[in-house]
Amino acid sequence: MNRELKRVSIIALLMFVTLLVSSTIIQYVQASALAADPRNARTLYESYSVERGPILVDGTPIAFSQPSDDDYKFQRVYASGPLYVPITGYIPVNGEATGLERSLNEYLSGQSSSQFFDSLNRLISGQDPMGASVEVAIDAVAQQAAWDALGDYTGAVVVTEPSTGRILAMVTKPTFDPNSMAVHDSAQVQATYDGLLADPMDPLFNRATGGDMNPPGSVFKLVVTAAALESGRYTPESTFPNPAELTLPGTDAVVRNSSGGSCGGGSTVTLADALRLSCNIPFAELGMDLGDNAIREQAEKFGFNSEFLIPTATEVSTYPRGLDDPQTALSAFGQGDVRATPLQMALVSAAIANGGIVMNPNLVDQITAPDFNPLQEFEPSEFGRAISEQTANTMVQMMVNGVENGAASNARIDGVSVAGKTGTAENGESDPYTLWFTGFAPADNPQYAITVLVEDGGGLGQEGFGNLIAAPIAKQVLEAVLNK
Amino acid sequence: MSDVTGTPVATGTPPTGVRRIRMPQKLRNLEFWLLLVACFINAAAIVLVQLGAMRRVDTQLVLLGAGLSVLVFGLHIAMRFVARDADPFLLPIATVLNGLGIAMIYRIDIANGEAGWESAAVRQIAWSAIAIIAAIATILVIRNHRVLFRYTYLAGLVAIVLLLLPLVPGLGREVSGARVWIGFGDIATFQPGEIAKIALAVFFAGYLVRNRDSLSMVGTKFLGMKFPRARDLGPLLVVWALSMSVIVFQRDLGTALLYFGLFLVMLYVATSRISWVVLGLTLFVGGALIASQTLDYVGNRFANWLDPLNPERYEQEFGGSYQLVQGLFGLANGGLIGTGWGQGRPDLTPVPQSDYIIASLGEELGLAGVFAILALYLLFVARGFRIGFAGQDDFGKLLGVGLAFVVALQVFIVVGGVTRVIPLTGLTTPFLAAGGSSLVANWIIVALLLRLSDTVRNHPRLVIDG
Repeated sequence: MNRELKRVSIIALLMFVTLLVSSTIIQYVQASALAADPRNARTLYESYSVERGPILVDGTPIAFSQPSDDDYKFQRVYASGPLYVPITGYIPVNGEATGLERSLNEYLSGQSSSQFFDSLNRLISGQDPMGASVEVAIDAVAQQAAWDALGDYTGAVVVTEPSTGRILAMVTKPTFDPNSMAVHDSAQVQATYDGLLADPMDPLFNRATGGDMNPPGSVFKLVVTAAALESGRYTPESTFPNPAELTLPGTDAVVRNSSGGSCGGGSTVTLADALRLSCNIPFAELGMDLGDNAIREQAEKFGFNSEFLIPTATEVSTYPRGLDDPQTALSAFGQGDVRATPLQMALVSAAIANGGIVMNPNLVDQITAPDFNPLQEFEPSEFGRAISEQTANTMVQMMVNGVENGAASNARIDGVSVAGKTGTAENGESDPYTLWFTGFAPADNPQYAITVLVEDGGGLGQEGFGNLIAAPIAKQVLEAVLNK
Repeated sequence: MSDVTGTPVATGTPPTGVRRIRMPQKLRNLEFWLLLVACFINAAAIVLVQLGAMRRVDTQLVLLGAGLSVLVFGLHIAMRFVARDADPFLLPIATVLNGLGIAMIYRIDIANGEAGWESAAVRQIAWSAIAIIAAIATILVIRNHRVLFRYTYLAGLVAIVLLLLPLVPGLGREVSGARVWIGFGDIATFQPGEIAKIALAVFFAGYLVRNRDSLSMVGTKFLGMKFPRARDLGPLLVVWALSMSVIVFQRDLGTALLYFGLFLVMLYVATSRISWVVLGLTLFVGGALIASQTLDYVGNRFANWLDPLNPERYEQEFGGSYQLVQGLFGLANGGLIGTGWGQGRPDLTPVPQSDYIIASLGEELGLAGVFAILALYLLFVARGFRIGFAGQDDFGKLLGVGLAFVVALQVFIVVGGVTRVIPLTGLTTPFLAAGGSSLVANWIIVALLLRLSDTVRNHPRLVIDG
């Protein structure tokens, strides 16, 4: 009997060894794969069990976590959600986070390497883990003014500080309430998201840094003017033939000025007048003369074809490669395949205001640990020099003229010298125009650079134009911040 | 008498009192210290659960646990009188497993916001008290295990009746598909099948000792194995039919596997013929395969086992792999050292207190905790097998092996089901899982094993005493 017993006990031992192996496989070998499974609620709850740090504007939280009684332990709350959603983004219980919630997630959730010792310290001293707080560069007055000024238009407003690249305001419309994406019910979050995604107005777009990219239209003439002045072959007084129509070489395409006639009369027109009155034909001629490579090089110095992390990722504004003459002519007044975000056009204006130097745009001033130790301070950094200081000064004057007695007249502010450029970009044969304004003030000591984008012709189809709709918005915002 | 250098005492009888002079109760003293350690571990587990999940200590449950410790020491004291030579490890192991189970059940109660008599932990403590009292009664009443041999066929009858009880209309209760419960009104629910496994072990041991000759001697040789005669197949077929009817009528795969496995092992040990095992396994696997094709719940179990992470299996509303996968997530969350008592989320898994308590413990105590628990079971089973090796009478040997193996097999079926070694079946984890019938049954097994081990160690001296 004992021989059989020995065999049975070996079988019993093998059964236990099998269990040791199988539990090791699950708890050690497959553990990380199982933790990464999107259906694993434990992993999700884990990330929520930390009190996420707040996002602050002038010390006031625009996103913060408050204790909740459910599985997630904390509820994320967005104060003035729709106003700040292009900055904060949101963090849903299912799906991906957006905005700073995504780009600074490591800091906000307390997982960044610089917080390691702080977390360890809290663990040992028995305090609850907590994420770092993020102070953004946004100016509450500028943000609110931009929100009010944009009204019900579809579009975006970006305000930056030319000398630092700090983003003082970033508004996009139409928008949504991020609190609706932060509820602790994944089915409801999914339904809300699906609804927003299906909305023909695309409220999920951050039109300030992306969305359906628009042609910049006439605001791109700043880039072409800069390229011309930098080439050394042109001055503001350089003249161009001044016909009422220009047929592009090798095509049937005809370019006209927005006035329908010649550019301010006369057989020739100066570069300064062409920019002031925003005429297309002289810029088409200038563009073909400069060539697409020169324009592209200048555009890239301003930031086109580069990705900016603010630290949230932004869309790349593009000036394409390998254009022929007709395409180059169209690109010279911001049509064809040129695409720009309001943020990119703000960089162009800010660089002109800043003596030619492009500063990296940035939303965040400082990240602070729960113990009030600064974890990271964001110092202004240069992207590079786009134009010489002399070209910058020349262009400031040209842009001031454009507002004082040119196509951007509706941005005039009593007692303040405003520099600006409007744009009215065509999208298709009968599609509504895209309306632009970019500029800065005060022109002699630039404090604020602003870019306004209004899509869908501001509701006026092809009747709307930049000076009618975009320039007054910029004026309203500039007045608000200058009178602060 | 002048030869003073001769043998000092040449009397024919030993000096009076030799029979009374025993070794100091070394075994019981060892058991005492081990019990102290076990009770300390259990109290620490409950306090850690409270600190981990509530951040404060609530003395009420610690006091209830202390009450259980008193009962366990009561069993210990009873053994100092009636089972002085019993194995010193069985009781501390059962105690610590029981205590860890209570701590985890209590932890889930906290997560579910349950307290007082409504909470599973308090009920588990009450059932533990009943179970330990049953064990004390068993060891006091059954002074010699051979008494049980006399009741072989009565035990068989009891086993059958207990198995049939859940099928009695009005008495049986169906819980998550399996009809293995009985209830009186809404209150006490009991799984008679848990007690039946003891009766079956007694019956198998008695029956096999009586009939081993006919089962092992004759037969025809085929493929190098001696196969039994057709007329001797009767018992095997009866037990097989019993197991299959458990699968079909009670919809309980695990219990069927447990009974049949128990029978096969005892049959093999009694007859030493491997052909019985081959025949039995063929029959059972065949039956299970047919069941997996014809019975939905068995088919689902197999499909979940093979591919639990398949979204189709995971999202299936009834009989899907949701529970299995949640258990895997929990175990993975525990990792090597676990989240700590009260720090994990075992409450996310369905039935985390009963069928899935091992996954709950694995989440909060980690792989290290699972290894420790499995090691405790292994030690427990090994002590049982030791009785089998050292026992003098075949009935005692068989019963010891049967009771030890039934615990091993039950652990294997449950933990193997949770960790995907075999398809998941609903069985309780001995001593750990919430459930009164399981506790009572397993504590009676402890008492019987203690009684058997006492006899084994006692026996040699009885021979000397002549």
